Amino acid sequence: MNQPDAYLWEQHIPGGCHWSGILRRGTTLRMTDVSGGANASVLFFNQEEKLERYNMADTLKSQHTFRLTKGHACHSDMGRIFCCITADSAGWHDTVCGLSDADLIRRKYGTARYQEHRNQMFRNGLDGMLIELGKWGLGMRDVVSNINFFSKVTANSAGELTFHSGNSKAGDHVDLSFEMDTLVVLSAAPHPLDPSTTYQPGAVNLAAFATPSSAIAECAHISENQRARQNTECLYACHGGAA
Amino acid sequence: MNANFKNKKSFVESMFDPDAAVVDEICPAGEPWVKIVREGQIFRIVDLEGNQAVDTLFYNASHAVERYSATDTIRRQKKIYLTTGSKLYSNYGNVMLTIVADTCGRHDTLGGACAAESNTVRYALEKFPMHSCRDNFLHALAHEPECQQLGISKRDIPSNINFFMNVPVTEEGGLEFVDGVSAPGKYVEMKAEMDVVVLISNCPQLNNPCNAYNPTPIRLLVWDDPSEMSFT
Repeated sequence: MNQPDAYLWEQHIPGGCHWSGILRRGTTLRMTDVSGGANASVLFFNQEEKLERYNMADTLKSQHTFRLTKGHACHSDMGRIFCCITADSAGWHDTVCGLSDADLIRRKYGTARYQEHRNQMFRNGLDGMLIELGKWGLGMRDVVSNINFFSKVTANSAGELTFHSGNSKAGDHVDLSFEMDTLVVLSAAPHPLDPSTTYQPGAVNLAAFATPSSAIAECAHISENQRARQNTECLYACHGGAA
Repeated sequence: MNANFKNKKSFVESMFDPDAAVVDEICPAGEPWVKIVREGQIFRIVDLEGNQAVDTLFYNASHAVERYSATDTIRRQKKIYLTTGSKLYSNYGNVMLTIVADTCGRHDTLGGACAAESNTVRYALEKFPMHSCRDNFLHALAHEPECQQLGISKRDIPSNINFFMNVPVTEEGGLEFVDGVSAPGKYVEMKAEMDVVVLISNCPQLNNPCNAYNPTPIRLLVWDDPSEMSFT
């Protein structure tokens, strides 16, 4: 699947760090949990019109799911698909718990500043996201409900949440096959509900390769995804001339 | 009703008399509604005919970058449903409102608002021209003075609350929209912990069976801060 001639680039993101970049349609991003227990908080924006962005509600309700895994698509707020999850060895990705922030990290783990700890300093999910958003002229107004890849959170019948440690093992990976030209913003700080008492966010490895033709059908078993894909194709018909 | 949903403790009735309210308005089915609710005031939404979804957002009335945050509300309370005692948090981690009474028992934080575009995905491509909640939000942003003064746009529309809506989640990760939690006259009441702009779309959804394909009006009431009233 990941053939050498299709391989495009690779980027290592140490735990706690952040990244952003454009993934073109027809490209697959493989995120790998390097050592287990990583958390990759991610937002998606239409590269051409960044008012169009990942929409948690539309993603969940159109697929009648609370978790994301292989076969699900990540929907925009404009009725389109950013990407399909075409491979997933972790099995569950959280979409509702949002990001850690400076206050949460300080209360859970204490303070570790750059001055004393250099790049081992404690970073938080929101600030990593804001730094990357700032590179594209975006900011706090653009922080909406994000996906927390590799993290599993379940809800009981009363709606109470439980974080499941160990959901993702070393080497687990998830493939996102992009159908839109997408700005991906990623922050690899701990999940806000991770009960770990030591600050040790896992590293995430990113690798991009040309989407194999076999991956296209992965999300098509959900009719809502087929319609969202039709809407997405309209965007690129006539070289972007349609709505 | 969902068989797993038996949380009677959350049913708390209000002590406030509608005759004493400083705001008492009806929002017809399918229309937006905007109002500033001041810190300390009590705000009630009444589901007049039952099973109406009331899509609601809150903004800090003086700094709209601060707004209701579904993820902060969910993760800080480790719970996806709202009822009496629930706090509605902002994206800055501040409590915007606290639910102080609730005769419905459960309100949704996950389902978001319908839009022309999402209707094409969820129901059929030809549903695009139908009226939607995001149309209501955008109409309000373009016309309501409270919204125009805040300078907010589509960019400032995050995941909203759906009052009276039941969106149960299973431990296996399933999610569905079901009816039966609300009924005529059920209400939810909250105390504002800061000055907020309330932005409501009284949902016009005609495709979802949970309202029997029949959007209905709601009643909105506001009472002045009861602690201040005791001094007068």
